[in-house]
Amino acid sequence: MIGVLATFALREALRRRVFAVVAVLSVGFLALYALGVWQAFDIADDFGGGFRGIDAQVVTGATMFGLSMFGTLFLGAVLGVFLTLGVVRGDAERGLLQPVLARPVSRDALLGARLLAAGAVCGGYTLALYCAAMAITGAIGGWWPDRPFSTGLSLALAVIVLSAISLAGSVVMSAAANGIAVFMTFGAGLTAGLLGQIGRALNSDTLTRVSDVTTWLLPFEALYQSALADLTAETVGFTRFALQLGPLGGAREGGPLLYVWAIAYVAVVMVAAAAAFRRRDV
Amino acid sequence: MAALQTTDLRKAYGATEALKGVSLEVGEGELVGLLGPNGAGKSTLVKIACGLVRPTSGTATVAGAPAGTAAAGRALGYLAELFRFPEWCTADELLALHQRLAGSGGGAAERARLLDLVGLPGEAARPVGTMSKGMQQRLGLAQAMVGSPKLLLLDEPTSALDPAGRHAVRALLEQLRADGVAVLLNSHLLSEVELVCDRVAIIARGAVVAAGTPAELSQAAGVEVDTSSGTRRWEHATREDAPRIVAELVAAGEAVYGVRVLRSSLEDAYLAAVGEAA
Repeated sequence: MIGVLATFALREALRRRVFAVVAVLSVGFLALYALGVWQAFDIADDFGGGFRGIDAQVVTGATMFGLSMFGTLFLGAVLGVFLTLGVVRGDAERGLLQPVLARPVSRDALLGARLLAAGAVCGGYTLALYCAAMAITGAIGGWWPDRPFSTGLSLALAVIVLSAISLAGSVVMSAAANGIAVFMTFGAGLTAGLLGQIGRALNSDTLTRVSDVTTWLLPFEALYQSALADLTAETVGFTRFALQLGPLGGAREGGPLLYVWAIAYVAVVMVAAAAAFRRRDV
Repeated sequence: MAALQTTDLRKAYGATEALKGVSLEVGEGELVGLLGPNGAGKSTLVKIACGLVRPTSGTATVAGAPAGTAAAGRALGYLAELFRFPEWCTADELLALHQRLAGSGGGAAERARLLDLVGLPGEAARPVGTMSKGMQQRLGLAQAMVGSPKLLLLDEPTSALDPAGRHAVRALLEQLRADGVAVLLNSHLLSEVELVCDRVAIIARGAVVAAGTPAELSQAAGVEVDTSSGTRRWEHATREDAPRIVAELVAAGEAVYGVRVLRSSLEDAYLAAVGEAA
């Protein structure tokens, strides 16, 4: 049953207009990114010998690609949230959910199927965008991430975590309220990451601890930080120092435990959502 | 075994009681009309039977299985009052989805037959989003009949249809009854219910206030006779009184041109029942 529902949800995700809009936006994003990368490497070449011990190609490539990863995360999150924000209350209010639930379909299976479909579409989309941006950076500037696989995986997992939060929110909130709540949560995670960056710059243990706890409570942020860290994991010396002054200053390596925690987090969120859904009248 | 049985069904939303102990039975192959004003609890009752709403207390069974279980879900088909289907998919894709969910092995032949039955032949490839409201309601009916359910729960199934469409649905309901399918028809159209239903239950303020066959619910309303001195009416007379009345008129020298035994309509019975409940 979960396969039937997931396949239908997958087809819905791919055939809805929002997917076409996201595809067009993605092409625009990649075109602008390619222009930016070309300009950045062009300027970096002029400064190439100006800073002793700093590899301008690495700094430019990692900085540009780090910025593109934020764009990728954001677009992936937008798609994930739009596909999931109205799955329960939204669809029930529109009358779409009742004909399906009147069938011998368990509510747990419905939620599981919707997460599978959203995860496949958003995770796949995020990886595709990530790979395209990586190829653009490599082709124009000759720079590639140090750990391309784990970087992409973290980014895709971050989007899946956000989709799970949005799906759970759809059980208790209307679509509009859920959308606002999820994007505020997304913003809270990013703010926590910024706080950590400030805390480390000021050497403030309190700020750093608050940031660490918050980012693990909202693991999409911890995954994003881990993805940023994996970009230049093998980079050392002054080049690394220069990188940490830029957008990669918020990078924090998560390690394998972060993946385990993120998967467990999604499972806990879905169990809580299923428990609430079982009690909900539609 | 009853197709649908509810016993002392109650549903409260906070302090508001939507159902106050409703007991109702729909037998196999029986067509039962559910009448009542807006907010009476009709849709809540239907949704409990579908497992969409949990009762506060009481029981509901579909073909012997507790409402909301997989066995109950396999035995019923449901058309909601607020019927909406994904606009991006075609009629055929929608029916195919419901076939898989219902475990129907009817395949393309069943889908084509159902579309034909509801007056949508040749519309299989049409996207739902391009259909009129009436066509979507017909598609909803086809969707409800997927898998040949024992019980159909139809919540205002003709609300978006034109008179011809309503007539076609009435014929379809009669065919379903002939095929042994039980139907609970929730409708505001009293004439429709009166024409097709075996029994009627009237709900008001969450309770059944009247139930019976349409004939039982409509009461004697007197006898009217056209005579040479005009039309005269005996308000409390019944059909059995008619020969005596005619004999007395003839004996009195009146010419009798016509006799009518009057009965109140289902509408009168409905208004009386709902009015008493209010």
